[in-house]
Amino acid sequence: MNNNNETKGIWKVIGASSLGTLIEWYDFYIFGSLAVVIANQFFPKTNPTAALLSTLATFAAGFIVRPFGALVFGRLGDLVGRKYTFLLTLVLMGGSTFAIGCIPNYESIGFLAPILVLVLRLIQGLALGGEYGGAATYVAEHSPAHRRGFFTSWIQTTATLGLFISLGVILLTRHFLDVDPAKSIAKFNDWGWRIPFLISILLVVVSIYIRLKMAESPLYEKLKSEGKTSVNPLKESFGHKANLKMVLLALFGATMGQGVVWYTGQFYAQSFIENVCKVEFDQSRTILIWGILFATPFFVIFASLSDKIGRKWIMLSGMFLAVISYNYLFNNLYQIADVKNKTEVLAKKEIKTNLTAIANSADFIRKTITKTTFTDGMTMQQTQTDTAYATPGKTTIKPLMAISKTLASNDYWKMVGIVFLLILYVTLVYGPIAAFLVELFPTKIRYTSMSLPYHIGNGVFGGLTPFIATLLTTIYTDNKIVGLMYPIIIATICMVIGAIYISNRIDPAVDR
Amino acid sequence: MNAIKRYAGLIWIILGPLGIHYLLQTASAEIAKKPGIDTQIQWGVFITVFYPIAIGFILFGLYALEGNYDHLPEASSEIDDYEAKPL
Repeated sequence: MNNNNETKGIWKVIGASSLGTLIEWYDFYIFGSLAVVIANQFFPKTNPTAALLSTLATFAAGFIVRPFGALVFGRLGDLVGRKYTFLLTLVLMGGSTFAIGCIPNYESIGFLAPILVLVLRLIQGLALGGEYGGAATYVAEHSPAHRRGFFTSWIQTTATLGLFISLGVILLTRHFLDVDPAKSIAKFNDWGWRIPFLISILLVVVSIYIRLKMAESPLYEKLKSEGKTSVNPLKESFGHKANLKMVLLALFGATMGQGVVWYTGQFYAQSFIENVCKVEFDQSRTILIWGILFATPFFVIFASLSDKIGRKWIMLSGMFLAVISYNYLFNNLYQIADVKNKTEVLAKKEIKTNLTAIANSADFIRKTITKTTFTDGMTMQQTQTDTAYATPGKTTIKPLMAISKTLASNDYWKMVGIVFLLILYVTLVYGPIAAFLVELFPTKIRYTSMSLPYHIGNGVFGGLTPFIATLLTTIYTDNKIVGLMYPIIIATICMVIGAIYISNRIDPAVDR
Repeated sequence: MNAIKRYAGLIWIILGPLGIHYLLQTASAEIAKKPGIDTQIQWGVFITVFYPIAIGFILFGLYALEGNYDHLPEASSEIDDYEAKPL
């Protein structure tokens, strides 16, 4: 791989692989990003919490089936080749995403709606389970050994960029459906949410066309021509101690910690800013968008550095920084938006009350909107909804209260800075990991062997992070940042295992 | 270093069952506190998913204790050539 043609070839391989993987991540994340809207559309509205939990459970299910996708498609990829396997995963992912955008809501077809959504979500999870391992293996097997970290890092950027694009498409769609912003949001919540799902099909078609033109991985082709491909990849991957021990090491010494750092830095951070700090919808997403934009180049930088100094300490330093600074950084996020640290401008306080008659009753629904402005420029809108009873003395026991804060410019950029740091940790742990995993396993069972620990680490340990962290805050209600206990404990165990057992191998002649 | 790798194996072997015990205890307390299908499904998923992972963790500890991680492959030729011995 020393001449220019071969270098050009690798960029085509990276481009085609990354585009498909990027689309798969986009498809996967728009569902998570629209969890609340989807809950209103597909799950019974009688209990909003139950509806949201159902969606989150569906979201988790999407992650939990990923390891099964890794087994199914990993096996296929080692048996028939990388190219056709990750083409199949792309078709499945694109098809199910498009189909979710077409399903009539719960009011139209009843319980069939959530069931269909769940089934399609499971297919998405399966497809994703097969995609990443294929793309990473495919690129790595085209790369010169001494630059494997650098070339696979482009695949590593796709997960974060997929999230970036999904957030961008959602924000744009939400604001461009009508000239009046309120009407535009209402339209988005009613039918516009389908657009991000439907446009996915165009991207998938383009990606399939590009991937069809690609050749099989040269290392896999060589094995095939020599008749050395695996007959039973699952048995060889997990039935032989020599390989199983490496699968376990990859999971407990690398991917488990990487998964929680990834999901805490991006998903939980956004959820924390929106639900705990109560920052309004658009700002909580654009903060993440800026953080991603500034941090993404570091995937390539750290992965490239890992080619020179080894993967181990770069990944472990990301976990170490996360463990020691998560509490401090999340506490800072909370303090930035905490009204206790601010002074109210009393002259600017606005209170509006709106009464809506309840049919066949003398009672009214009362909505009280209080708008508070603070000296630093932050505004807070509190919307309290209760029932104004006709019977004197009767009051709503627990009125509904929604709080939405709009940060002033300074505080907004402080939050962007913190989120940038959180994503920087992600780039440390995630940038070199594809090359690290590829180098742990032999070519003939690589797809299967690397996919499983990746998707258990990322899908199960990582994917459940926002869910478990939120759950912890409902158990220990006094502590706003108690949810961080989970990623901190997992990352600490993983870091210790990685430090003791993983060797910092710099292997310039892998498989070539 | 190999001695540390082996003795640490004991910690992983103990942590596996401890983790499962904590999970089961928390699950039963939470289900008792908030009985309902949502809570049961949620904790049922956690137990189903983390149980086999805990077994894998015990196995990892056992391999470490046996000295299977004393020497790890130092080159790809070593990885491709290792003899695949069934468990």
